[in-house]
Amino acid sequence: MKKEIIPSLILTILCILFFSGVYPVVMWGIAQAAPNKGEGFTIKDSNGKYYYENIGQKFSDDKYFWSRPSAVNYNAAGSGGSNKGPDNPDYLAQVQATIDTFMKHNPDINKADIPSDMVTASGSGLDPHISVEGAEVQVARVAKARGLDKNKVEALVKAHIEGPVMGMGPDRINVLKLNIDLDNLK
Amino acid sequence: MNPQILGVVVMFVATLLLAVPLGKYIAKVYSGGRTWTDVIFNPIEKLFYKVSRIDPVREMNWKQSLVALLTLNLIWFLWAMFCLLNQSWLPMNPDHNPNMTPDLAFNTAVSFLVNCNLQDYSGETGLSYFSQVFGLMFLQFASAGTGMAAAAVVFNALKDRTTDKLGNFYDFFLKSCTRILLPICILIATIHLFEGTPMTFKGIDNVMSVQGDTMHVSRGPVAAFVAIKHLGTNGGGFFGANSAHPFENPNYLSNIVQMVAQILIPFAMVFAFGFYCNKRRLAWVFWGVMTVGFLILVIPAIQAEVHGNPYIAKMGISQPGGNMEGKEVRFGATASAFWSIATTVISTGSVNGMHDSFMPVSGMNMLLGMMINSFYGGVGVGFLNFFIYVILAVFIGGLMVGRTPEFLGKKIEAKEMKIAMIIALFHPFLILAFTAIASYFTAHDTNMGWWFADAAGKHNASGWLNNPSYDGFSEMLYQYTSCSANNGSGFEGLADNNPFWNITAGIVLLFSRFLPIIGPVAIAGLLASKKFIPAGSGTLKTDTGTFGLLVFAVKVIIAALAFFPALALGPIAEWMKMH
Repeated sequence: MKKEIIPSLILTILCILFFSGVYPVVMWGIAQAAPNKGEGFTIKDSNGKYYYENIGQKFSDDKYFWSRPSAVNYNAAGSGGSNKGPDNPDYLAQVQATIDTFMKHNPDINKADIPSDMVTASGSGLDPHISVEGAEVQVARVAKARGLDKNKVEALVKAHIEGPVMGMGPDRINVLKLNIDLDNLK
Repeated sequence: MNPQILGVVVMFVATLLLAVPLGKYIAKVYSGGRTWTDVIFNPIEKLFYKVSRIDPVREMNWKQSLVALLTLNLIWFLWAMFCLLNQSWLPMNPDHNPNMTPDLAFNTAVSFLVNCNLQDYSGETGLSYFSQVFGLMFLQFASAGTGMAAAAVVFNALKDRTTDKLGNFYDFFLKSCTRILLPICILIATIHLFEGTPMTFKGIDNVMSVQGDTMHVSRGPVAAFVAIKHLGTNGGGFFGANSAHPFENPNYLSNIVQMVAQILIPFAMVFAFGFYCNKRRLAWVFWGVMTVGFLILVIPAIQAEVHGNPYIAKMGISQPGGNMEGKEVRFGATASAFWSIATTVISTGSVNGMHDSFMPVSGMNMLLGMMINSFYGGVGVGFLNFFIYVILAVFIGGLMVGRTPEFLGKKIEAKEMKIAMIIALFHPFLILAFTAIASYFTAHDTNMGWWFADAAGKHNASGWLNNPSYDGFSEMLYQYTSCSANNGSGFEGLADNNPFWNITAGIVLLFSRFLPIIGPVAIAGLLASKKFIPAGSGTLKTDTGTFGLLVFAVKVIIAALAFFPALALGPIAEWMKMH
């Protein structure tokens, strides 16, 4: 082992410089050509304020479309899910409470129209999306809270559906983009 | 076709189509043939060897190879410990994260050293960028290169000849990192940059949300990290939520790229064996056995997740997306279920959904994937694990036809069999013994003293479970299984950042990494020096479906005998309760 130590040590130092030095710097260089220089995609509202388009936000006001429940309360200084098992009684009681709250704020809907993503926490706690069903079930509430025509809000939701990518993956709606455009709707 | 099903089919087929040519390329790299990467890497490698005074053409025997491997690993471990224990004053720490505690640093350093990447911390608050890039990302390259180099030594030993010269370990290692891992990483990271993954050395950004709340958004050099994380089947996430985090895995396309990246080399190593040893048919038999095992595990998991949680169905809401607890809308239940099994049959252990919240059937199949640990398996080591089962199957097959067991023209004798048996049985032993100890403490609610304290400062052992009863038992079983398989995913409900879990898991990790490398390399080295006997009419043919079936049966029997009782107490009991 003794005679392998010095070569191993030098090889290690060189490898650290190469794989942890050169490689990230090359990637950082390429990032300068990427959107927003690799600092995370941003999106601006009509007032010029910027947001991170991929990081979900907490929406609890009736006049906005809500995001999914979050185990980290949409604090993007951390991330994580509830890690509750599917048959944990505390967890099931919590889901029931979320459903009840949802029904209270959306009195005009059928309970069977609530999709499960609106009452379950995402894996990251920062999920920027909800399902199409999750947006549609909130249309009546949002329209009422803003005094807008329901059809207009409905049409806005339709316009925000992001379909499968090259025929693959689920339909979804970016809540942040939807709400920014909602604020612009007269 | 359903767009979500189509997504997973595309991931699988694309991986296979890329893996065959990559396997050919890997074989060429290890046999020293000319490749297009010579132009760039020949001068770099020459410089490395010159400075470190390594003679890359000096042939080593299997013992010398292992000594080199262990020496390198020891140095890397010390380096990682240094980074983690001193990150508060080292550079590149814009968010002012503190040093790790010694037990957490031990667990983290070992876990990245052994290609497991169990994470008892959250990247956002637990690590500086220096630790991420110079400590952990370096180990992600190095540990993957180690596994591949060990596999290369075994390939070399299985050629049709008699020798004790098995190539130069340093050369196999460095070439694995420079010529195989690095170019593909640059490609993967570049795709990620344009899909929305950050690559910046700036710290947390404070922004106002639309509603007017203040948000702190963690960022970092994620794109470079996420590429090697998957390609090297490491799996340790930059962020706490791993590949569920919308920066780490921004959309469906990046999800496909990460999925392909993590299965690519485990596939390709099997084909590389075929090209290298000129045993292409045998390579396809191996791949077939692995694929049958993978499909048997993945299909029920997808079904269970798409079907959803029966308890939530009872509450009267709809589940159009399936079981969505712990999952992201942009991936959907199908892709997350596929990921959960893929990441456990190979040893990545990255997650794009929280495994603790998956249905019991999926949980059981994840556990089985790690218990068998060679339906593809991790880069390099997956092949080594599979090789152990092949030796066992050859021996049993030999007994059945009444001839001395032979594999590739070499006699399998008592010494090789002893090593194979020890390696095959050590994995269940580690998992079950440690789970039993942890369960004992939990059941007796032992006061753990210094070893454990929950958030409220109580030392009761039951406090480390986030879920009661069967799921709680599964959390402990999963933790040690994940360690012993060098996987790194977790039922994250378990409160694992404390001396008890950090240290016991670290011990399991060390044993379960190095013995399954030493064992197969030793067997291969012993076989290589034996007399080569050309195949005769009575030789048990290994490149046939029958032999594939035999290997498969050996795996299933060992796994079933060893693990069924434990599974019955965890996911199987939970499933029965729910139905």
